[in-house]
Amino acid sequence: MKKVSVSFTLNGDAVTAEVPVTWNLLKTLRDYFELTGAKEGCGVGECGACTVLVDGEAVNSCLYPVFEVEGKSVTTIEGLAGEDGALHPVQQAFLENNGVQCGFCTSGMIMSAKALLDHTPSPSEEEIREGIAGNFCRCTGYVQIVEAIDMAAKKIKQAG
Amino acid sequence: MIDYDYRKPETLEEVFGLLREYGPDAALIAGGTDVMVKIRNMKKAPPVLVSLRGLTDLRYIRKNGGYHIGGLTTHRMLETSDLVREELTALYEGASRIGSVQVRNVATLAGNICNAAPSADTAGPLLVLDARVVLQGPEGRRTVPVAEFFTGPYKTVRRPDEVVVEVEIPEETAGFGSAYFKHSRRKAMNLPILGVAVSVKLSEGDTVSDARIGLTVAAPTPVRARKAEDFLKGKPLSDDVLAEAGRIAASPECCAPRDSLRCAAWYRREIIEVSVLRMAKLAASRIKSR
Repeated sequence: MKKVSVSFTLNGDAVTAEVPVTWNLLKTLRDYFELTGAKEGCGVGECGACTVLVDGEAVNSCLYPVFEVEGKSVTTIEGLAGEDGALHPVQQAFLENNGVQCGFCTSGMIMSAKALLDHTPSPSEEEIREGIAGNFCRCTGYVQIVEAIDMAAKKIKQAG
Repeated sequence: MIDYDYRKPETLEEVFGLLREYGPDAALIAGGTDVMVKIRNMKKAPPVLVSLRGLTDLRYIRKNGGYHIGGLTTHRMLETSDLVREELTALYEGASRIGSVQVRNVATLAGNICNAAPSADTAGPLLVLDARVVLQGPEGRRTVPVAEFFTGPYKTVRRPDEVVVEVEIPEETAGFGSAYFKHSRRKAMNLPILGVAVSVKLSEGDTVSDARIGLTVAAPTPVRARKAEDFLKGKPLSDDVLAEAGRIAASPECCAPRDSLRCAAWYRREIIEVSVLRMAKLAASRIKSR
């Protein structure tokens, strides 16, 4: 199978991947870069477990052909914590507010929440629910997750 | 085994050159949210994917006389545009209810109509906004009213060597108010069980001077309910009149909904009947100028 060489920025570092043309971004992240935070749930863009940011916007990495990543900037859950290992406020809020149960949806949920707060620093509850509507959680009733995102928004604002 | 190659042209001329070179072996891909799912589900792919994402000039929303929307404009761009929200409200309502934020960030308007699902969320709004689809091929441009664009489930008048470069909406549409209702089981990540779009224009004394009704999942293609539209013209915007328009729109004269896994035909007709009334009132409340 034909391979493709794709150069892009991954969590701030310039990288090049040599992978089969038919791979998607999710498979490239997991199997080439061994960044296994993004998960494959459905593989067809329904569940959001594979959510990463491309040029700052949340996308389903399972539907993103790897050849489209050339020249772009990709952020995954592994790239959120600071240099010193300090968690991103959204990650911290999920911990403090019990926003995690089995954890399978968590990476995607946090990436969607980050994209939301980057664009909408003070979201209403409805805006939060809209922002994570493409992320399925099958453990919880979403309540702690929504509260965690609200908490993160407030923390970021205070620190602002 | 899924196998394919790809090309990433940067100009339309390059696209046409590649389509000529590969002929039926090539398939166009824009945001990919339909194409990639189809490849995965079918376990086979066209030999060459020709990506349109390099045509960044085709991402725009402009008002210049009428409204001009580039083919590669994403649903997220439509959803976050003040112009679309305020002046083409039905399109805002359609675009903002597609999939999820993740899908809307990459999926394009041209992709939604070229995929031509009977349930396409932008189709009903485009029908009532009287949109025209601008197709460009190696021989030049042609413009097709959106009402004539769809020819069957997942089928359009687009020829294999043509690209949908723009959707244009005439200036007269500014005098209409519009609304779209998507009936679905949950708010996100769901296809409509039925979609009803309405636009209306009023004259003195709340008389309907013009009205358009677009239905999706109500026939093999998105359709205009023209008999119901004709009935409305010249009549007062009253509940009785709108209820009768709803009955006409839901009748076999205007649509042919089918029984499917997601919904029974009789229920689809009931949704049309009540939604035409509700959406017409909502559309009328949104009219900016007489």
